[in-house]
Amino acid sequence: MSILTLYNDLNTFLVIGAVLFGIGIYGIVTRRTLIGMLIAAELILAGASVNFMAFNRFTSPDPVTGQVFTLFIMAVAAAEAAIGLSIIIAVYRQFKSIDAEDTVQLKG
Amino acid sequence: MNPSMVTSPSLFSVDGLVGVVFLINLVITIVGGFIACNSERLVRAVAGLIVCFIGVAGVYYFLNSPFVALMQVLIYVGAVSVTISFAIMLAAPEEKKRVGPAGPLVGPAGFATAALLAGGFSVLAVRTDWKVMAKINDGSIKTIGIELLTNYSMVFELISIVLLIAILGALVIARSGRDN
Repeated sequence: MSILTLYNDLNTFLVIGAVLFGIGIYGIVTRRTLIGMLIAAELILAGASVNFMAFNRFTSPDPVTGQVFTLFIMAVAAAEAAIGLSIIIAVYRQFKSIDAEDTVQLKG
Repeated sequence: MNPSMVTSPSLFSVDGLVGVVFLINLVITIVGGFIACNSERLVRAVAGLIVCFIGVAGVYYFLNSPFVALMQVLIYVGAVSVTISFAIMLAAPEEKKRVGPAGPLVGPAGFATAALLAGGFSVLAVRTDWKVMAKINDGSIKTIGIELLTNYSMVFELISIVLLIAILGALVIARSGRDN
């Protein structure tokens, strides 16, 4: 298998999904602001979608299922982004900051 | 994989050029992801996220799903990224220095965790012998439409309700405390 036929191989896409997932995990661990964490969470969802689509294309008997699933992931991600961002705006009004280290009112 | 694909195509044949386009697409995706998670300013992170999502849309296109690629551009690049940009403008976050109370080890430890996870999943995926089954339909846009309104109609309606409730909830949450 040469490097030019990579796009015809299931493993390539699974590795892309795993790398996107890893980048997202890295972002969630290292980011300090809530919006940065939300961006990283979107990357994790993208990694999962790529995985679904790869299996859908190469192994699944019904190539519609994975596409429908990915569409639903997109809809849920849009809902998650809308709610998450409105929570972030509410938190900003309360604390004048969206740093995850500052929002510790319950810490006592 | 059928045997004709095993032989390497020439760089300037159609197959070879498709491979080159795919590699460029791959680089765009990964670089965009790294920008989204590593840049100091959140506006740049959103720009990296957009680049990464366009790359992911290309990946979907290579997976024989132009409809999902279109939806990826429409929903993520068109809607989610713009929403995040609005939140950045409204909340005006100043990302402070990365090293804070959490300690200087967060960066390397996070990188190690992420690399371990991604590497582990990759090894797992490559080593497994996936069973390939025969296709029962072609997965075209027409088939997706028929399936969405027959087999998946319940989920289709549920996702509409989830989106409606999410948007109402977002409005309610963002509205409270508007005076201060």
